[in-house]
Amino acid sequence: MVEISKITITNKILRYAPILLLFISVLNEFDFNYLELKYFSFNFPFILIFYWSLKKTESLGYGFIFVSGLINDVVVGFPMGISSLAYLFICGSAAYFKNITLNPSIFKDWMFFLATILVVNSMMYSILVLFFSFSLNYNDLIVNLIFTFLLYIICANLFEAYQKLVFGSQNV
Amino acid sequence: MDTSSRDDFVIAIRSAFLKKGNKQRFSLIFLIFLSLIFLALTKIDFKPINYIKISIREVVYRSSFLVSAPENYLKKTYQNIQSHFVIYNDYFEIKSEIEKLKAQKNVDQFILKENERLKKIIDDYVAESEEIVAKIIIDKDSPFLRSLIVNKGSKNNIKLGMAVLDRSYLIGKVVEVNYLTSRILLLSDLNSKIPVIIEPGSFQSILSGTGQDHGIIQYLKENYLIEESSTIYTSGAGGLFKAGIPVGKIEKNELNKENKVNFFSDFSQLRFVKIKSFTKDTD
Repeated sequence: MVEISKITITNKILRYAPILLLFISVLNEFDFNYLELKYFSFNFPFILIFYWSLKKTESLGYGFIFVSGLINDVVVGFPMGISSLAYLFICGSAAYFKNITLNPSIFKDWMFFLATILVVNSMMYSILVLFFSFSLNYNDLIVNLIFTFLLYIICANLFEAYQKLVFGSQNV
Repeated sequence: MDTSSRDDFVIAIRSAFLKKGNKQRFSLIFLIFLSLIFLALTKIDFKPINYIKISIREVVYRSSFLVSAPENYLKKTYQNIQSHFVIYNDYFEIKSEIEKLKAQKNVDQFILKENERLKKIIDDYVAESEEIVAKIIIDKDSPFLRSLIVNKGSKNNIKLGMAVLDRSYLIGKVVEVNYLTSRILLLSDLNSKIPVIIEPGSFQSILSGTGQDHGIIQYLKENYLIEESSTIYTSGAGGLFKAGIPVGKIEKNELNKENKVNFFSDFSQLRFVKIKSFTKDTD
């Protein structure tokens, strides 16, 4: 009996791992600043939300994504709602892409991810600059965007391997 | 774009944004509107939004501290590893620095020898005796007498008036010599008076003890401007001590215009002292 409950708990943790990872990443602000790499930064929540919304929508609830966006705004110091808006647009974009794709491939996902983050980042930073008078370093933003795009393919492969392990190959 | 493809686009968009997905409690469009409302309220500085923000901050900062623990551990490990590599790199840097200092030392030695030769010409060269290390056997703190008893006496060539040092700092002089022991009068004693020089400015003066843990500068005219934290050295006048032994630093008292001297050495912490004499070299 104890064995069964242990298996259920582990199973639940594994199934909810993407949402846990999302909350950890927004609370922790994965930045790898201590590596002291001057031109290295990426947006892990973007990768996570896009991949899981595309492949397994039910593993990330929209409500949770909204809340994680609010938390991110508090941690980063952005106006409340801006990250939620960006995250939800990524979800919408992934859902739209899922609807129009007949033959999914990781390369197509990757290219659509690039288009999505370009639009979402433009929208997000336009709001920040135009309505909230934020001053931004555009070089840093471009570097962040490029690394987010490049790291998507690595993270996507890792997530796929994880999916196969936890949910079985038929669900991938 | 023909009508059917436009319809497909609209259907896909509607399905993505308007429909509540499987196992989803809210539709995307509802949450997007909610985010926009939050943004608009933040923009107009709506008070309840600030309260929500403050409440979220309280929870988030505490949670963030806990959640960051594993990453902080990783960070610490990474920094430890990095510092090991830094030590490795530093080793070579320090090695080359030592080489440079060795070269500088050779130049310094030449200057010292030259200084020695020139002082002999003007008959101002002072020879140091071999230093005698003595252990303090009694250091009872009396309000009337600030002195120490050491375990070396005339048997060990201790003579009256010899200088007593802690590391390179002057702390007093020998005032009583017995066969196996000696008494040292500390600079802080009321009866201690030694000629000193104050740098910067090269002002000659007398350092007197106060019976407390510090000394004072005496017999100095008021028009001499002594800077705060000036350093006090022995002046060598009187021929008892050689010039240039560091003694302490000036602390100015603005109220009574007194120049207090804080000694470099802490007299209450002495365990061993060095005893030396300085005589004019006749060779």
